[in-house]
Amino acid sequence: MVPPSLQPAAGPSETPRIAVEARNASKAFGQGDALTRALDDVSVAIRKGEFFTLLGPSGCGKTTLLRLIAGFDTPTGGSILLNGRDITADPPNRRPVNTVFQSYALFPHLTVLQNIRFGLDMLGRKRAEADARAAEMLALVRLEGFASRRTAQLSGGQQQRVALARALAPEPEVLLLDEPLSALDLKLRKEMQRELKRLQRETGITFVFVTHDQEEALTMSDRIGVMQGGRILQIGPPREIYNQPANRFVADFIGETNFLDGEVGAIAGDTATIELAAGSVTVRSAGLDRGQKVTLAIRPEQVRIGEAEGLPAVVTGNVYFGTDTHCHLELSGGAGVVARLQSAADDATPLGEGTAVRVSFTPGSVQVLAD
Amino acid sequence: MAERRPFSVTRLPGFTAIALVTFALLYAPIVTLVAYSFNGSESIAVWGGFSWRWYGIAWQNTAVQEATVRSLVIATAAAAIAGTVATLAALGTTRTDRFRGRTLIYVLVNQPLMVPEIVTAVALLIFFSGIRLATGYAGLGYLILAHSAFCVPFAYLPIRARLEGMDLSLETAASDLYADRFQTFRHVTLPLMAPGIVAGVMLAFIISLDDVVITEFVKSAGQDTLPTYMLGQLRRAVTPEVNAISTALLALTVLLLTMFFLLTRKRD
Amino acid sequence: MPPAGTPATTEATIEAGRIRRNWLLAAPALALLLIGASGPLLIVLVYSFLEPGDYSGVIWKFTPRAWFEIFLKRDIFDGTLGVADAHLTIFWRSVRLSLLTTLITILLGFPTAWFIATRPRSQRALWLFLITIPFWTNLLIRTFAIMEVIRNQGVMNTVLLQAGLIAEPIQILYTDTAVLIGMTYVYLPLMVLPLYAAIDRFDFRLAEAGYDLYASRLQVLRRVILPLVRPGLIAGSILVFVPSLGAYVTPRVLGGGKNMMIGNFIELQFGQGRNWPLGAALSMLLLLIVMAALLVYVRVSGRENPHG
Repeated sequence: MVPPSLQPAAGPSETPRIAVEARNASKAFGQGDALTRALDDVSVAIRKGEFFTLLGPSGCGKTTLLRLIAGFDTPTGGSILLNGRDITADPPNRRPVNTVFQSYALFPHLTVLQNIRFGLDMLGRKRAEADARAAEMLALVRLEGFASRRTAQLSGGQQQRVALARALAPEPEVLLLDEPLSALDLKLRKEMQRELKRLQRETGITFVFVTHDQEEALTMSDRIGVMQGGRILQIGPPREIYNQPANRFVADFIGETNFLDGEVGAIAGDTATIELAAGSVTVRSAGLDRGQKVTLAIRPEQVRIGEAEGLPAVVTGNVYFGTDTHCHLELSGGAGVVARLQSAADDATPLGEGTAVRVSFTPGSVQVLAD
Repeated sequence: MAERRPFSVTRLPGFTAIALVTFALLYAPIVTLVAYSFNGSESIAVWGGFSWRWYGIAWQNTAVQEATVRSLVIATAAAAIAGTVATLAALGTTRTDRFRGRTLIYVLVNQPLMVPEIVTAVALLIFFSGIRLATGYAGLGYLILAHSAFCVPFAYLPIRARLEGMDLSLETAASDLYADRFQTFRHVTLPLMAPGIVAGVMLAFIISLDDVVITEFVKSAGQDTLPTYMLGQLRRAVTPEVNAISTALLALTVLLLTMFFLLTRKRD
Repeated sequence: MPPAGTPATTEATIEAGRIRRNWLLAAPALALLLIGASGPLLIVLVYSFLEPGDYSGVIWKFTPRAWFEIFLKRDIFDGTLGVADAHLTIFWRSVRLSLLTTLITILLGFPTAWFIATRPRSQRALWLFLITIPFWTNLLIRTFAIMEVIRNQGVMNTVLLQAGLIAEPIQILYTDTAVLIGMTYVYLPLMVLPLYAAIDRFDFRLAEAGYDLYASRLQVLRRVILPLVRPGLIAGSILVFVPSLGAYVTPRVLGGGKNMMIGNFIELQFGQGRNWPLGAALSMLLLLIVMAALLVYVRVSGRENPHG
């Protein structure tokens, strides 16, 4: 058996090998007027050994896509491929893919050890081999002393670890995780995020992770697929998704964003001037036409407050967050903008309400979204 | 290879087929019985066309008339008594703190569900024959007492279920609005538990109407109810007349059950 | 009485009064049940230790004879004691038929309950209603209905004869098979309803997890579903086994006079048999078996849901 690659994503020199792929996958529920398209012609290729996250609001189709890969549901159109082989018609028990359920779905009538051994037993592994593997898994998720406990006696975080160990024990080609951290409190969630990342690195197994939490997606993933309304809007590494959102939905869903409506004015060489109600902003001209209506997306940390140059604005309030302060501003013309000021770096004393200031943006940070 | 159906987690091989066969087996005999009751022919083996003939004959039969009246009198009395004591018992055992003896009350109230009917029947036979010997009384009282007793759990369970689902704060609100204990019960508690009481009384009525074993043992001479009359009529086969009575009873049960379901259906 | 009770004791007094009043509300029901159901059971116990009267009733003289008579008999000619094989035949038939009834109702009832529990929510009430109609229909009527189907001139034999599949009617009525068919028919809903309740509570994601971990359908059924619906299976088995063991109407109608079960045998002691103490002892024995079965159920279900 070829050991799985430990590299999260292949470099540009070689074409990355694909672990699991959805080709034009669709899933519709109901009929006639009650028909809902949970998944609408989705194609995505997930690379071997990567931590891939499907991110989107509830009802966007991310769990449906996961269930198609697991085999619990059958697509109404398109196909699912594993290592290049079409597995669309295979039932879930014939797919080398395991799932960590949102509810964990631990067998309440079995002990921790029996839960972890379940898949190995079903595969007909020898007793000694299964025992050794289960012990290895218990060590991997740091639950060595818990083998003979009933799952009901475990805390939420421990149940989560058992679910992980159970799904990893049969060494699946792909591990599917359906919002596994949503039931945990914040502190435990942060801890489990690091833990999951560690497990993925140590095992080298391809992880497909579903979440609605954008921060979780940004911190853990090699690549993210942002979904909405049964479609994938953008696929890319976290930095790309954050810094170059493909459209207003992605920009809005991931992190906080200021949106300013404007129109393309003069174009000179590779720079263009965008006319806003409060004044004008210079951006790169690539792909823009004069007179085109556009929306500017600017992250709050890229908003600078000064006195000399920029758009005229008035401070309308401050919200203190500990590590930083959000300064709410109103540009002349009425548009609202939020600036994030770091507590340590920026001036500690907040500007008083009604202070007249000038607002500018870090060069290169302004994203132009076509309407 | 045959085309495979899409995977479904709820499907187990053969289960749907067995279930549908079971439903068919459950209803085929009942349908047969109902069909026979409308058979115009004298012989049970030949279909003589649709006819109300046997219903007419049963209707004219004074023994059937008397048994019907007796059944209805007993069932009405038993349902009323069981409904009353079960309502009081439900008020006394729900929505209170745990207290000593509550489990004992549960066990006693539900006892008729646990003890085999034949054992209760034998016990009542011995008990009542002793009383009959001592007092000389041989009226319907024995049957009404026996029926009331075994109907209690059937009346109690839906009333208790209703009370347990009731919001205690409604009564607190009533008392906040100057209602005294009796007014609160009269204007808030009782109207809210009414559907449960009606459902319980109806179940008790059906149960009393259906009883064979205890009635057979407790009844004095000439005190046949409809079921014991029908059992007595049985020789080699069920007579068409008994089929007609059975069908009428069946119709009454289905009617009461439908009402029961509509009453207890959760509206919200 | 203290001049002014501390708030705590005042509260406790009020609370105690409230509980006592509430308890009294249950008194009429308890009195009714003591006279009309529970109390007379004690008289049966007493009667089982008396001597039978000449024609009926008892002679008030203590003897455990009736309890021995259940299993032993004295030979009429030489007076030696022997095993009462006629009684044992009846016990064995009762137990065997009740166990078989339980088994068949499981085999038919489990798929049926599964079928109902996996219908869309909107359809489920209808299927359940279809199960509850026979459940509430007079047991005598349902027994009559089965009789109409299986007797020699009944539907089944007529159809088979006319189809030429058999030359003469199959004699089912008045056999053990007839009693078995009848009891299965009348007690089937008692198996389906608790099984439905258990399957309805079953989390189907656990079955998904089973399939996800490479289990086949049979393995999911055996290793995931069955262990988790076991309380319903046990409840259904007891609900079917207990009334089967004490059945009276069904064996009387479908078994004829010959194929008696315990219930009919008890009745015989109060009628032609004229042996009330033996009848009383048999009733107590039946009650003991049923109580033992219920106790096992309480123990098992208590162990399975330690929190519920």
